[in-house]
Amino acid sequence: MSVAPLRLVSRRTVELTIDGQSVRAPEGATILQAAQSVGIATPTLCYLETLTPVNACRVCVVEVEGSRVLVPACARKVEPNMVVHTNSARVRHSRRMVLELLASSVDLSYAPAEVQGYLAEYGAQPERYGQPAAAPDRDHAHAGHHTPVADGYAATVAQPVKVDNDLYVRDYARCILCYKCVEACGVDAQNTFAIAVAGRGFEARISTEFNHILPDSACVYCGNCIGVCPTGALMFKSEHDMRAAGAWDESRQTRTDTICPYCGVGCTLQLHVQDNRIVKVTSPQDNDVTSGHLCVKGRFGWQFVQNRGDGRGGGVAAP
Amino acid sequence: MDLRLIPDAEPSDAERAALDALLGAPETAWEGALVAHPDEGVFGAGGREAREQRHLLLPALHAVRDAVGYISEGGLNYICRRLSVPPAEAYGVASFYALFALEPQPPVVAHVCDDIACRVRGAAGLCSALETRLGPAGNPALGGAATWVTSPCLGMCERAPAVLLQRAGAADVALPDADADAVVAALSGRVASANGARLHGSASAPQTREPEQHDLRLLRRVGRVDPESLDAYRASGGYEALRQAFALGPAGVIREISDARLLGRGGAAFPAARKMEDVARAPVRPHYLICNADESEPGTFKDRVIMEEDPFALVEAMTIAGYAAGCEQGFLYIRGEYPLALARLQHAIAQARARGFLGRDIMGTGYDFDIEIRKGAGAYICGEETALFSSIEGLRGEPRSKPPFPTQAGLFRRPTLVNNVETLVNMPWIVLHGGPAYAATGTAGSSGTKLFCLSGHVARPGIYEAPFGTTLRELLTLAGGVAGGRPIRAVLLGGAAGGFVTADELDVPLTFEGTRAIGASLGSAVVMVFDDTVDMADIVLRIAAFFRDESCGQCVPCRVGTVRQEEALRRLAHGSPLGSVASDLALIDELALVMRDASICGLGQTAASAVQSAIAKLGLFQDGQGA
Repeated sequence: MSVAPLRLVSRRTVELTIDGQSVRAPEGATILQAAQSVGIATPTLCYLETLTPVNACRVCVVEVEGSRVLVPACARKVEPNMVVHTNSARVRHSRRMVLELLASSVDLSYAPAEVQGYLAEYGAQPERYGQPAAAPDRDHAHAGHHTPVADGYAATVAQPVKVDNDLYVRDYARCILCYKCVEACGVDAQNTFAIAVAGRGFEARISTEFNHILPDSACVYCGNCIGVCPTGALMFKSEHDMRAAGAWDESRQTRTDTICPYCGVGCTLQLHVQDNRIVKVTSPQDNDVTSGHLCVKGRFGWQFVQNRGDGRGGGVAAP
Repeated sequence: MDLRLIPDAEPSDAERAALDALLGAPETAWEGALVAHPDEGVFGAGGREAREQRHLLLPALHAVRDAVGYISEGGLNYICRRLSVPPAEAYGVASFYALFALEPQPPVVAHVCDDIACRVRGAAGLCSALETRLGPAGNPALGGAATWVTSPCLGMCERAPAVLLQRAGAADVALPDADADAVVAALSGRVASANGARLHGSASAPQTREPEQHDLRLLRRVGRVDPESLDAYRASGGYEALRQAFALGPAGVIREISDARLLGRGGAAFPAARKMEDVARAPVRPHYLICNADESEPGTFKDRVIMEEDPFALVEAMTIAGYAAGCEQGFLYIRGEYPLALARLQHAIAQARARGFLGRDIMGTGYDFDIEIRKGAGAYICGEETALFSSIEGLRGEPRSKPPFPTQAGLFRRPTLVNNVETLVNMPWIVLHGGPAYAATGTAGSSGTKLFCLSGHVARPGIYEAPFGTTLRELLTLAGGVAGGRPIRAVLLGGAAGGFVTADELDVPLTFEGTRAIGASLGSAVVMVFDDTVDMADIVLRIAAFFRDESCGQCVPCRVGTVRQEEALRRLAHGSPLGSVASDLALIDELALVMRDASICGLGQTAASAVQSAIAKLGLFQDGQGA
């Protein structure tokens, strides 16, 4: 379920202390929201405003006085007189380690600049765990059993890209298991349930039933999983192919907002255009109509715009 | 939701029959009936009501696996159709559990324990003998009729090495004191009877085999009263406590348990009365009671012995707890590796129900209460109470964040009282004799008696009942001391989530506070002895591998941290650290800190504790050597 912003008319407020400053936050707000309201930035990976918090990545952890362990800022609600530290040695240690553990096991090279920024800010050194090891077949791993890697190597989730349809690819070597795609495919947006987390432990993975190809699954190609993926593990096939050909260049891309022409809902589309060709379509997360989600037509049905035949950008298909 | 099943995957007749036996025959073609219902299309069968059957997913997976030995695509499809569960989600749940195979495998599988308790009693030799005779673990053997795999602790540490036999179309069987001949014979279809000849006293609880010299409370019926006879149970004082509980009323029961100062025996030592009172007072209804019998901490087998030998006591105790906390429904979640305990409990519950001790209007008091058994499928994490809720609800056994606490929002988001088997079976005595009398035994901080699980190099392994405050040395003496009289290298206290103590610390009083004072933990009361011949590095590596295998994978600190911890320990054990020994030891400390501080649940938070204590107390790896 999408979470509507807290905009009730008269909300009780709660007073708490974050990093020494007194903060008033509406009752029911999270520590993350309270910290944001006073300009304290908190790194997040598995959190997205439009999805139910799963607090799985633990990069947003903060120290709450009186709590034995650190708590996830994205999910923990503020309480009166809570004393929160977001920059203590314990917090910085856990954030650095979480980032290191992820970066040492997952390919984060397509993750946005924001994530690269976290790695630098917290001084993550993923290389200190050893040489990245090639991963065995993860899709058939049996829960409760594993084969250790050779000394000096660090286990990773490396595996081949899954390309089984014309619209998007799944590159789970880049997957940090944030659960966002599963939530977007499920009750938080699409209610299709084509994918779920399968397996257990380090061998946990996003999968269709029995690892079947997407065309045999329940997938409706809404692409909302791509929209929420924070690391580029899920990607438009158009982008994947251009990257493979070395043609992808975001510095040469423009973004144009328009309204989807297909039906009366009126979803806002953001067209990513490179060299006067649409290369992918997204929708802004803060859009009231879409919350960033689209359907197969809005997300993938834009080829007609380019079927001009005259080599110029007319927008009207040749008769 | 549009339920899209796997194309062209139909269930076999055996799979269909197994599931129909569990769920009843399907009424409509939508649910999988072969002939459509005459009113088909007039009423909907796939709505909310169908989706609310999600909690039957785990029993359904068991039914299909038990019938054909694995979860096939057709079998999964039929489960999904019957329960309106998307196949991807059902696959995600099935693949979470170690005891479910999702690819065809031979009909008989031997799960051979190679965990720490069995390891020091010949598991490695057993595994290599099996490899010689049957081929590598996981490969089909005996002409494709059987296979064998290694397993984490099976909870039969007093009769190590242990093996669990999983069979298609027949009940599982535990093989204690296993050797290669016995395993091969069993895999060939020659299985000895699950119930050995009854002795006066139980082999698993040596105190019960001695003349009446011990004042046993929890073990008083073990090995002496027929565990399959309700009459024998009543003749030995059974159900007097429930009668007394009804006389006291719910508040009276809670008061006695409060006066008894009973602390939870599952490992966390939380005051039992406080949880009970919180649930009793919760305004939201219904309330649920859960008996946590997912005893999976390596080296722990006390709850198994109680369930096998005195199952009615647990049924009565659950009824008392349910009455006090205002629950009408109890769930007993038992780990999948305990076939005999499961059979005895099923029998006891059926007997109790038939005789009016469960069900409607119990003992004519108007109180309704019933117990449903749920069987786990090989996942240590499901012993964590919130993961246990997920497992019962038909979700992956992943823990949830607390708050909200189970007493407010537990099973099905309702107020839930969760207690360990041993905690519960203390309650009848308390109700019958009064809280103050109970609290007179033990110490100020830890009242009553405690069941200890002795295994490894002790002369008489088994469970022992002793008052809190008994020292470790006294307990070891009770168990006949170290087998063979060799010096003690270390004692693992509290299980894989606990820590090691040394021979210098044997005078520690075994209480929650006493063990805490020496930086150890009583945990699930594991007392595993290692003599001076044991390669402790090998033991620590097995513990690290255990946590890596049992992490649910939800949060990063535990999912990747347990992997990195095992990698670093292996490097140190092999004398090939990255950088230096000091830098790898520092890395292990850093991993321990993030796992303890930032993991969602107790598994990750304690995944480094035994490793840390082995390094600190046993001096392991410090000199660059394994042991």
